[in-house]
Amino acid sequence: MQDLIRDMSDFHLDVLREVSNIGAGNAATALSRLLGKPVDMRVNRVLPMPFNDVTEYVGGAENLVSTVFSRIEGDIAGNMLFVMGAADGGALVRDVTGESGESEELSEMAQSVLQEVGNILSGSYLTALSDFTGFDLRTSVPSLCVDMAGAILSFGLMETGKSSDFAILIDAEILPGGEKGNGIAQGTTGHIFLLPDPEAFSRIFFALGVHRHGSY
Amino acid sequence: MAVIKVGIADSNIAKAPDSICTLGLGSCVGVTLFDDARKIVGMVHVMLPSTELARSSTYKKAKFADSGVPELVDMLVQAGASRMRLKAKMAGGARMFSFEDSAKGIGQRNTEACKDILRKLGIPIVAEDTGGSHGRTIEAFPDTGVLEVRTVSKPVIRI
Repeated sequence: MQDLIRDMSDFHLDVLREVSNIGAGNAATALSRLLGKPVDMRVNRVLPMPFNDVTEYVGGAENLVSTVFSRIEGDIAGNMLFVMGAADGGALVRDVTGESGESEELSEMAQSVLQEVGNILSGSYLTALSDFTGFDLRTSVPSLCVDMAGAILSFGLMETGKSSDFAILIDAEILPGGEKGNGIAQGTTGHIFLLPDPEAFSRIFFALGVHRHGSY
Repeated sequence: MAVIKVGIADSNIAKAPDSICTLGLGSCVGVTLFDDARKIVGMVHVMLPSTELARSSTYKKAKFADSGVPELVDMLVQAGASRMRLKAKMAGGARMFSFEDSAKGIGQRNTEACKDILRKLGIPIVAEDTGGSHGRTIEAFPDTGVLEVRTVSKPVIRI
């Protein structure tokens, strides 16, 4: 049986990669303004993955990550997740606040800083996406969780799980440390994952005028 | 002594001296069914409460509580376990994020659905570690009948 997510065409995956490029590009610009220095951005793989590969992709189900989760509502629905390894999250907070220290535990203030960074990133991503598609989009109040990647990601996969055993993770990497390093520890990185609900894909392709290609 | 891994929306069984585990349960629920006499255990990693939520005609049974648990019972019986001796231990069903949305309380709904189907199947729940707001990794040992629950910030518990 055909599965619209698993069997998505290369052409449509390229369209989603462009969505990621535009959204995450705007998010990187917003973060760069906040940090007062360049922030690099890299669009990663956009392809259908079985659920268990999704958790492997973020370093394994037990990998400790900080995640800011927002639910997208409006013309399309979906989830947006800003995911950082726990240590990278700490480094980013120190860069925003100018505080030093190496503590692994995030203080209450560090948590609200991270939540606000996630809020800015998802907001600017969605602004670009809505300019690009003409969609009216809103996000729920973002929520932060620091825990095992599997426990967090599986929550984000739930809507997709009703229709498919595969998810398309529209992934862009945000590199506040820069590829060459410019202040904050080099290699500090976070991922912005856009996980549209299954019904959203056809709407995205329709809005961009590419729905006549293949199965959409 | 192997450790058998169960992925999201998947199930499997283990016989002593092997053990079986699933990693990073959040709002998902891990249901384990033990036959202590035969030293055999089955585990299912349930993602959603009911097949009524399925929007496709084909799906993995292990994904839903109401199809995954009965399937696991059948697998165990086929592997030599006695349906009458089965007892359940379960963990997971957390609320990972505090916001309100359409997926509100899915962890709790998963837990309740698992209890529901176990009651219908007449399988007693002898231990559980459910709810809260943290992820869990669980490992079941058929030779001792113990279910080990590991979290990021709390000590390991054995139920």
